[in-house]
Amino acid sequence: MPREITYREALREGLDEELAHDDNVIIIGEEVAEYNGAYKVTEGLWKKWGDKRLIDAPISEAGFIGMGIGASMLGIRPVMELMFYSFAYVAFDQMMNNAATCRYMSGGLTHCPIVVRGPANGGTNVGATHSHTPENIFANMPGLKVVSPSDPHDVKGLIKSAIRDNDPVYFMESTVLYGMTGEVPSNDELDDGELIVPIGKAKVKKEGTDISLIAHGRAVVTSLLAAEILAEKYDINAEVLDLRSIRPIDEAAIMETVRKTHRAIYIEENKPFCGVGAQISSMIMEQAFDDLDAPVLRITSADAPAFYSPPIEKLQLPTAEEIVERALTIC
Amino acid sequence: MAAKTKSKPTAEFADAPINASLTNEDKIELLRKMVRIRRFEQTSLKHYQGDKIGGFLHLYIGQESVAVGSISLLGENDHVITAYRDHGHALAVGMNMDECMAELFGKATGCSKGKGGSMHYFAPDKNYWGGHGIVGGQTPLGAGLAFALKYKGLKGCCLCYLGDGAINQGAFHESLNLAALWDLPVIYIIENNGYSMGTSQARSSAYPEGGLAQRAEAYNMAWDKIEGVSVYEIRAGVQKAVERAHEESKPSIIEIMTYRHKGHSVADANAEKYRTKEEIQKYMQEHDPIDFWKSTLLEEGVITEDDYKKMNKEAGDEANAAAEFAEKSPFPDESEIFDDIYWEVDNNTEAGRTGRHFFHK
Ligand SMILES: Cc1ncc(C[n+]2csc(CCOP(=O)(O)OP(=O)(O)O)c2C)c(N)n1
Ligand SMILES: [Mg+2]
Repeated sequence: MPREITYREALREGLDEELAHDDNVIIIGEEVAEYNGAYKVTEGLWKKWGDKRLIDAPISEAGFIGMGIGASMLGIRPVMELMFYSFAYVAFDQMMNNAATCRYMSGGLTHCPIVVRGPANGGTNVGATHSHTPENIFANMPGLKVVSPSDPHDVKGLIKSAIRDNDPVYFMESTVLYGMTGEVPSNDELDDGELIVPIGKAKVKKEGTDISLIAHGRAVVTSLLAAEILAEKYDINAEVLDLRSIRPIDEAAIMETVRKTHRAIYIEENKPFCGVGAQISSMIMEQAFDDLDAPVLRITSADAPAFYSPPIEKLQLPTAEEIVERALTIC
Repeated sequence: MAAKTKSKPTAEFADAPINASLTNEDKIELLRKMVRIRRFEQTSLKHYQGDKIGGFLHLYIGQESVAVGSISLLGENDHVITAYRDHGHALAVGMNMDECMAELFGKATGCSKGKGGSMHYFAPDKNYWGGHGIVGGQTPLGAGLAFALKYKGLKGCCLCYLGDGAINQGAFHESLNLAALWDLPVIYIIENNGYSMGTSQARSSAYPEGGLAQRAEAYNMAWDKIEGVSVYEIRAGVQKAVERAHEESKPSIIEIMTYRHKGHSVADANAEKYRTKEEIQKYMQEHDPIDFWKSTLLEEGVITEDDYKKMNKEAGDEANAAAEFAEKSPFPDESEIFDDIYWEVDNNTEAGRTGRHFFHK
């Protein structure tokens, strides 16, 4: 029987294995140690690894993340937790300027193997300040990597790759996905003895022939739902491609699916302006224009700050119904 | 039933001119404000648990004296800004329970039309500038409100509240320097409830012997540390800072020792892990500002036990009526999503009509 665990547990396993794999891996963040993590991702790790490896930080995001960047230059591999990715904006200069450019400005003499991880999602009625989705913003900066896993298998495999990566990796999760269960093989089932998912490889989550639904993060889950409805109600066989990492992007996988289906929609919970979908659709237009039978569409969150009121915030996010409706306009 | 909390001798503070001038009605009003905040929040808790309220709910229960005592000192040109634990300050500045409860319920009749939620209350007409969700984010804004007052030549100040955890944000330190450098009439009130989420003060802050507020000395700024259970003590202490702001246009930091009875937010599953049950009990019994002020007023013969009961019941009824109002109110209309983003667009000005502002679909 394949093993099923939650996204949260899979992430924790990945962190735990990397703490074991390399003595220089440390976890720092608000409430990550004694409290077991605001969202319980790091539950039990402080007990197991102690004060040296798991460190509770004061509410000083610019300070402790900047500190992590500095430590990473001397060979530490800090995994910094942001309780919400929205709080990255407090540390923006460190994350955008220092982490991204030290290598370049030193002519390659330095590098910053830091991971900054945490939930980056709306949809939980916590208001505009706590609902930011900055994957496009950070992916805008050369030097940074942005990863956004959509299921338990990938979150484990990708966090391990992120920690071993020698560049800064900004790892964006979702509080809504933490409780999701899925198959994650245990290490003894694997030939390599561990689960590694390389950064920069997309995954076809569902094969199809009629339209490509390309997405990242939780929007992948929504796209899979939409694909089911399209198949059942409209006899449309959609392919769902999970990008998994936003930078680097698996360009070949995108072009392959587009050449197969000739129609594409990018779905994301990000905002539309210069969103990830804007980048993808421009790439498709440049490289697969002749393969397209319809314009590339984008489905995003509403172009407004997050609305607190629960029934209204729901309307701001992409839904399976919206994907189906838009898909029908080009199929 | 006798009040559980014994009032300690507060003669020193009761005799301060700002307190000596209080009428019996004023004193009763201070008690009523605190009781109303308590009942409002107890009622909101019930409805949060009944799934009528989403997101986070950070309760102020146990800290009511801080907002009520300090805000009672303010006049026409004095302003208030705070963090996400903002219901107490909102009611203290005179926002009504209906608009506050409806905001929690996410209704169109809420103070922010259901857009902000618990952490983001606003009432500029009452000099109340939010309700801010990002820890420390309000502290430069507090300096900015004070800057604007000074620029306009108004004799006023800004009370900017923050937690004991928020003092470690860089933005706060930058604000302190600006406030001291430019003589801004801002008063930073650190509501020290001992914890930032599950982290105790000792585990989050490096500070001198005099406490968190003493960091002010590094900026050559005045500071004070006050026991928060007594309204008299808060009023006497904060009044000095208000005078300093009004008369000399100088900033201050006041640290007020207090305690939150509940968890960090209602979702805080560890509320009784990082603090012992005994500690919580002790504070609830010996450091409840409402019990304390009530005992003071009983001792002074300002109220009777029956008066208090009546007040408590009225506040409970008011809170229930607010919940009923919230329940009956409509949710915002979907079209509201794109309102209140740009002033120019909302007001349909030339600027608002020039160029494309929104990019959805
Ligand atoms: C920049 C930022 N980091 C973290 C948080 C999450 N958070 C919200 S409240 C809080 C604790 C704040 O404690 P304190 O300042 O003492 O205020 P209290 O909650 O005790 O009123 C934390 C960590 C946040 N909202 N903003
Ligand atoms: Mg606190």
